[in-house]
Amino acid sequence: MIRDITIGQYYPANSIIHKLDPRVKLFSTLLYIIALFCFKGILGIGIITVFLFTTIKISKVPIKFIVKGLKAIVYLLLITAVFNLLLTPGNRVFWHYKLINITDTGITNAVVMSVRLIYLIIGTSLMTLTTTPNQLTDGLETSLKPLNKINVPVHAIAMMMSIALRFIPILIEETDKIMKAQMARGADFESGNIFKKAKNMVPLLVPLMVSAFRRADDLAMAMEARCYSGGAGRTKMKPLAYEKRDRIAYLVAILFFVAVIVARVLLPFPQ
Amino acid sequence: MGIIKAINLVHEYIKRDEDNNVSDIVRALDDVNIEVEAGQFIAILGHNGSGKSTFAKHLNALLAPTEGTLVVDGKNVKDEKNIMDIRKNAGMVFQNPDNQIIASVVEEDVGFGPENIGVPTEEIWERVDNSLKAVGMTEYRKHSPNKLSGGQKQRVAIAGVVAMEPKCIIFDEPTAMLDPNGRKEVIKTAHKLNKEKNVTILLITHYMEEVVDADYVYVMEKGKVVMEGTPRAIFSQVDALKEHRLDVPQVTLLADELRKSGLDIPKGILRREELVKALEKNMAR
Repeated sequence: MIRDITIGQYYPANSIIHKLDPRVKLFSTLLYIIALFCFKGILGIGIITVFLFTTIKISKVPIKFIVKGLKAIVYLLLITAVFNLLLTPGNRVFWHYKLINITDTGITNAVVMSVRLIYLIIGTSLMTLTTTPNQLTDGLETSLKPLNKINVPVHAIAMMMSIALRFIPILIEETDKIMKAQMARGADFESGNIFKKAKNMVPLLVPLMVSAFRRADDLAMAMEARCYSGGAGRTKMKPLAYEKRDRIAYLVAILFFVAVIVARVLLPFPQ
Repeated sequence: MGIIKAINLVHEYIKRDEDNNVSDIVRALDDVNIEVEAGQFIAILGHNGSGKSTFAKHLNALLAPTEGTLVVDGKNVKDEKNIMDIRKNAGMVFQNPDNQIIASVVEEDVGFGPENIGVPTEEIWERVDNSLKAVGMTEYRKHSPNKLSGGQKQRVAIAGVVAMEPKCIIFDEPTAMLDPNGRKEVIKTAHKLNKEKNVTILLITHYMEEVVDADYVYVMEKGKVVMEGTPRAIFSQVDALKEHRLDVPQVTLLADELRKSGLDIPKGILRREELVKALEKNMAR
């Protein structure tokens, strides 16, 4: 299941979305998330859907690839939908059994929440798929620079994030290897109840931790050997600079947000 | 004046028990004297635990000597304020290619070193282009390092060091985790850098085949330099090499056995072609 998570992966392609400044993408994603949680009515969702799928189309990332990322949240999605469906009180009751009701509000809530979650995952993974982790952390670093004044180590945090992202696939591979090695010696990761399963994970987690620390040590040494000494005095290979397309993208994102708000005011139906 | 000069270098690892008392002292380097001239290709051979990696870490000021002096490019490693200069001029390639690549895109990783030493943006791009070309990885510049083979990853790591334009590069067992093809790629790249960019190379390894083309070879054992000389001089002492638990290349071994059993073959055969020639001479006689 861990392999299905597309968040944090990068999909290389040559598109305008890929070339946009990461700050634009971060800002637009933020607006998108806010829009997603305050839209009302069929028009709002329509605007969001059009916006989302046009962006995906422009980004040249195959939709299949993005949808794969949803596999990881299938259970969360099901639970949210079922709870909303069964436990929301409403005006018209279609079916009733003890505490459980299926009502009109319940149905709309279930649908809206599922759509929200799905769109949330699709939208945010689209951002990470079109932005290299380095660009992303660069964007975060420059956007959060004001926090430096109150002694938040912004550069160090950004660096840690980008390294963490780089090592996710390596550690997944390592987990796989250790798992197979332990299974070859008779370890059992499948059977038993949940507590037994958790206990069985120990022979997997201990070597994984040890190896992660060893890697961290090696990496720190390699970074030192390449003259790394924190954020001070560093130059950038890819300094962030706004271009015309970035200004246009800002405009598009703001227009999109305004449109969603207007739709909420004008046509808050059917919810 | 050589680019690297180690005089009576000593390094001790001090082990402490729970009460912080010294429980054991291991002399990893014991009175080591090594001198390297600029532009040379030097190899240091040694078995596991011979102290060769400890020596390598001194050259990059990652470890400080317990006794003795080590001068890299005219600067003493003991002096704190020289450390950045030394690291700039003596690049280092490590054993595990995965654990030394920082970025998720090849070209960004190559740019990491120049970024750290404050090179202006345009020059970083120039350096990245040049160093990727030097190691033959230009076509992979937009790729993720995770999808490359071991040899390719190690070449990216080399490019990352080359981009800092060091005067010398230390290879600390760069091939220990690679398959035979990857090993060849890396050694070929090291020789290419030595010839075309005139970079001083220090290759630390326990594979004897890799040192055949070096200018000068040091053999280390238990923290001491036990043999030194040109590869030919070293390889002609097959018995001494075996004593130091080093695997002598098969060609050299075969030539040695043949000579011992009476054939007229010179000492210190390094390559297959040389042995063939020597045998042909024997046949003609």
